[in-house]
Amino acid sequence: MTAIGEKGVQDPSVQIHAAEETPRGYGSMKRKEDARFVRGRGQYVDDVVLPGMLHGAVLRSPLAHARITSIDTSAAEAHPKVHAVITGATLEGLGLAWMPTLSQDTQAVLATDKVRFQGQEVAFVVADDRYAARDALALIDVEYEPLEPVIDAKRALEAGTPVIRTDKEGKTDNHIFDWESGDRSATDAVFAEAEAAEDQLVVVQDMIYPRVHPAPLETCGAIADMDPVTGKLTLWTTTQAPHAHRTLYALVAGLPEHKIRIISPDIGGGFGNKVGIYPGYVCAVVASIVTGVPVKWMEDRSENLMSTSFARDYHMRGEVAVTRDGRIRGVRVHVLADHGAFNATAQPTAFPAGFFGVFTGSYDLEAAHCAVTGVYTNKASGGVAYACSFRITEAVYLIERMVDVVAHDLGMDPAELRMRNLLRPEQFPYQSKTGWEYDSGDYPHTLQVALDKAGYQELRAEQADRRRRFADAQRSGAGPAGTAGEPVKLMGIGLSFFTEAVGAGPRRSMDILGLGMADGAELRVHPTGKAVLRVSCQSQGQGHETTFAQIVAQELGLSPDDIDVVHGDTDQTPFGLGTYGSRSTPVSGAATAMVARKVRERAKIVAAAMMEVSADDLEWDDGRWQVAGDPDASRSMADIAMAAHSNLELPEGVEGHLDATCVYNPPNLTYPCGAYICVVDVDPGTGAVDVRRFVAVDDCGMRINPMIVEGQVHGGLADGVGMALMQCIAFDLDGNCLGGSMMDYLLPTSLECPSWELGETVTPSPHHPIGAKGVGESATVGSPPAVVNAVIDALAPYDVRHADMPLTPAAVWCAAQGHPLRPDLGIT
Amino acid sequence: MQVPAQFEYHKATSVDDAIALLTRHGPESFVVAGGHSLLPMMKLRLAEPETLIDINGLDELATVTVESDHVRIGAMVRHSALLSSPVIAEHFPIFTDAERLIADPIVRNRGTIGGSLCQADPSEDLSAAFSAMRATAVIRGADGEREVPVREFHRGPYETAVAHEELLVAVRVPIRPASGSAYAKLERRAGDWAVASAGAMLRVDAGTVAEVGIGLSAVGAAHFVAPEAEEYLRGGPASDEAFVEAGRISAAHCSPSADQRGPVDYKRHLAGELTTRVLRRAARRSRGEEA
Repeated sequence: MTAIGEKGVQDPSVQIHAAEETPRGYGSMKRKEDARFVRGRGQYVDDVVLPGMLHGAVLRSPLAHARITSIDTSAAEAHPKVHAVITGATLEGLGLAWMPTLSQDTQAVLATDKVRFQGQEVAFVVADDRYAARDALALIDVEYEPLEPVIDAKRALEAGTPVIRTDKEGKTDNHIFDWESGDRSATDAVFAEAEAAEDQLVVVQDMIYPRVHPAPLETCGAIADMDPVTGKLTLWTTTQAPHAHRTLYALVAGLPEHKIRIISPDIGGGFGNKVGIYPGYVCAVVASIVTGVPVKWMEDRSENLMSTSFARDYHMRGEVAVTRDGRIRGVRVHVLADHGAFNATAQPTAFPAGFFGVFTGSYDLEAAHCAVTGVYTNKASGGVAYACSFRITEAVYLIERMVDVVAHDLGMDPAELRMRNLLRPEQFPYQSKTGWEYDSGDYPHTLQVALDKAGYQELRAEQADRRRRFADAQRSGAGPAGTAGEPVKLMGIGLSFFTEAVGAGPRRSMDILGLGMADGAELRVHPTGKAVLRVSCQSQGQGHETTFAQIVAQELGLSPDDIDVVHGDTDQTPFGLGTYGSRSTPVSGAATAMVARKVRERAKIVAAAMMEVSADDLEWDDGRWQVAGDPDASRSMADIAMAAHSNLELPEGVEGHLDATCVYNPPNLTYPCGAYICVVDVDPGTGAVDVRRFVAVDDCGMRINPMIVEGQVHGGLADGVGMALMQCIAFDLDGNCLGGSMMDYLLPTSLECPSWELGETVTPSPHHPIGAKGVGESATVGSPPAVVNAVIDALAPYDVRHADMPLTPAAVWCAAQGHPLRPDLGIT
Repeated sequence: MQVPAQFEYHKATSVDDAIALLTRHGPESFVVAGGHSLLPMMKLRLAEPETLIDINGLDELATVTVESDHVRIGAMVRHSALLSSPVIAEHFPIFTDAERLIADPIVRNRGTIGGSLCQADPSEDLSAAFSAMRATAVIRGADGEREVPVREFHRGPYETAVAHEELLVAVRVPIRPASGSAYAKLERRAGDWAVASAGAMLRVDAGTVAEVGIGLSAVGAAHFVAPEAEEYLRGGPASDEAFVEAGRISAAHCSPSADQRGPVDYKRHLAGELTTRVLRRAARRSRGEEA
């Protein structure tokens, strides 16, 4: 489709953004990758078709907990289009029936002894096409002996409860781990004082952050191609962490690592759903080895929702010690963490509850302590997914909900209470009571910007007026619907102030299965001044091909259009742990800046040789190396690149060409923050919630491409509205998943989202090379409590103190009636 | 990707041809209209028809026509056509209200009126709206057409008066001068099935309720109607107090079941609340106070 017009060659891959819109470094520019996405030219795993490829399908358990007494595959094997049927017994022979999880547990690839959740993988059929593969699933005869399922996490540890993990020798209960953070005795002392003192009180609230699912629009899948001649496995797969996957396949399957190539092409959303290794991937690999040809497996929507990595499922009790004039002294938390049938959460090794330790939030406390207990239940495994920043989502929800409960009990304005307790700018770098070093921020300023943007005082005045009218309507006996026909809606205003901790992480303290969380970058400038950057992280829609090109452009004085970013192929890119936990810009972005600076230093030597001056006399000025004080004597990066590849004589010990590599080991996490204000209208007659406004002021330090940042925030806010108002994976007591389709698991649409009102403050990270902080998950982390706080605020006339997400119309109405719903179990 | 089991496909060239195909292929042959219920069920393998008979080419069933004292709505009229029809907006705002709330524009562009009624999902919207309007279903078989009141059309969840070798061809809705109608639905999210919904038709004569129809969906109301509340209103004052009481009666007589959309007491409350709201709106419309 390349056309030659008046302006020369018009390449359809670049014409989507006019050249004059492209900044030389930072600034808003349209995303380079969107040229292919908006034309339907993206290449996703399911778009890959290999010669002779077969198709796999997974047979799943209809029961949540049952013993397998027999599996008869003979009818399926007799199907004319079926090439192989793989069961747990097949895999046992290969030593692959069980695989290690990212949390030092084991997970069944295909069930051998028991099934442990509805939707668990039982058998894998390989056939000519995906239709035949599905047809053959119905021909497999599995006999189950049903066992009592463990569904209610609160009862998982009770005596007499069935033991789920009977595969683990000596296991007599459903306990996984106990983990704590903070100073227990100092915290208990603060609480004892608060309980005894007249002028203080202790506020307690139980809350559930229910199980949700990231639900990326592209489901998970893989194509395994084991070349029987070279012995090399090429695996096209939906992964956010291709290099980590390669190492894990090497360790699990015993394949030599240099004989494994992981290709993660365009990924249609990940949100943490595509961090782990799923049984289907392993089955595809085994199937390719067994059949000698490539095998594709793509799960369907229900399989994705029912069997892959969920998120949250934290049953929390928050306690706050506070003075009656609103000074928060201490926070104490107990968590029961439902991890499902296998402990397969993805987080750094030393953090079984992820970064939940950041539950102290944005406040200056005297003491804090949390204790987390993980339990097995008969549900799908996972737990760290859906843009949660390793459980900071749960932590922020807890503290921000607790602050509003405190404001409720004290009769204080929640904005004033927050302002009184926020960390002050002079306290940074701040050592939190649970051991985290917050790098930078000006929290009162950020909150004030949000309050001003929202018109907070005017909103409160409108709310007071609305409440008067509501009370009048109630008194007149007309009920909430009013006589005029239209109900008086209740208005609610909700705040949240979040601190995130993203960019894992320092190698000394953070690893996943022993792999330190550092990331590499390689940069090569071609002779004509065009460049290629290779990074270890893997975009799932974040815009890395644009943002990282802009970082290089800023450092080298090039146009982002002249820089190609290569990612998602382990044969083409340096090692690193991938993209999740908002870590790409904090880690790979830093690696990119550092590698570009290495190249710039090399270019300086070349430029000095070109101009026959000492390198010490050169200064970097507006994208060129220039002789200090002589603007006429300078060389651009393109000039230098050609010279570096030419026969120019370079100083002793300086090699030619213009390239560099780098590994970035972050000295600390980055700590973005934000102040969010949500305004809702609640129909008291139906419980329906309408999000009227949402103001989001984010501080993510330096913004490389503000438009991309805003897009990330928009997406996260929509996620937050979804979690707060409609998304939930509940289970009935038989263990049936009640969120197994898009009809039952509701994603928000534009009709549920207001026009987002964004703002920003900028406090650069002092330790990041370009002052940037991660932002991908900020809005997902920060927005749910703002929405929930707004709904609870609206229900003040009913004196509601708390109600659990999702605040569906039924949940809101039931809370107002004084009998709130429990979201994790089926409604009866 | 979810994939259906194997099936045979025939495209009907006329209503008679469709009936002949249904006869020839027997009970495991299914009619496909818009396909927005059947195709997902096939992909989930909840439905595995041996034969699909496609009636999408039957344009003679896709018209809305005024016939003296009623409007005839063809079974293949798409939701989007009903929504944009000026005839419907003029005479039956209840359908315009309902169509705005049915699924989303993409589904409405394809889904049909007849398909919705014949699917007979207990949460389906138009069943309640047509019941409120006391409409009549026109069903054709090999022996010709017969008419069935919509209030007798539904025989239970997913069951209707249409026999296997028959086709619903149209619905006739009486035009009632000086009447008003309205529909309201509560959903958890745009495009979701109703948590509860209600439709009302009112004709008021000198302050007295002369004719009334109340339809309910998703709350276990038999035949999608609230006859006790209608009985209470008929011949009485068209007052706000009466509408509130009619809501209370609707709530008392429906029998919702609990699911993730809500517990029984909530759905019962909603049935009443929405009944009252649509009666108010229908009354305002009958008085010409609201479009």
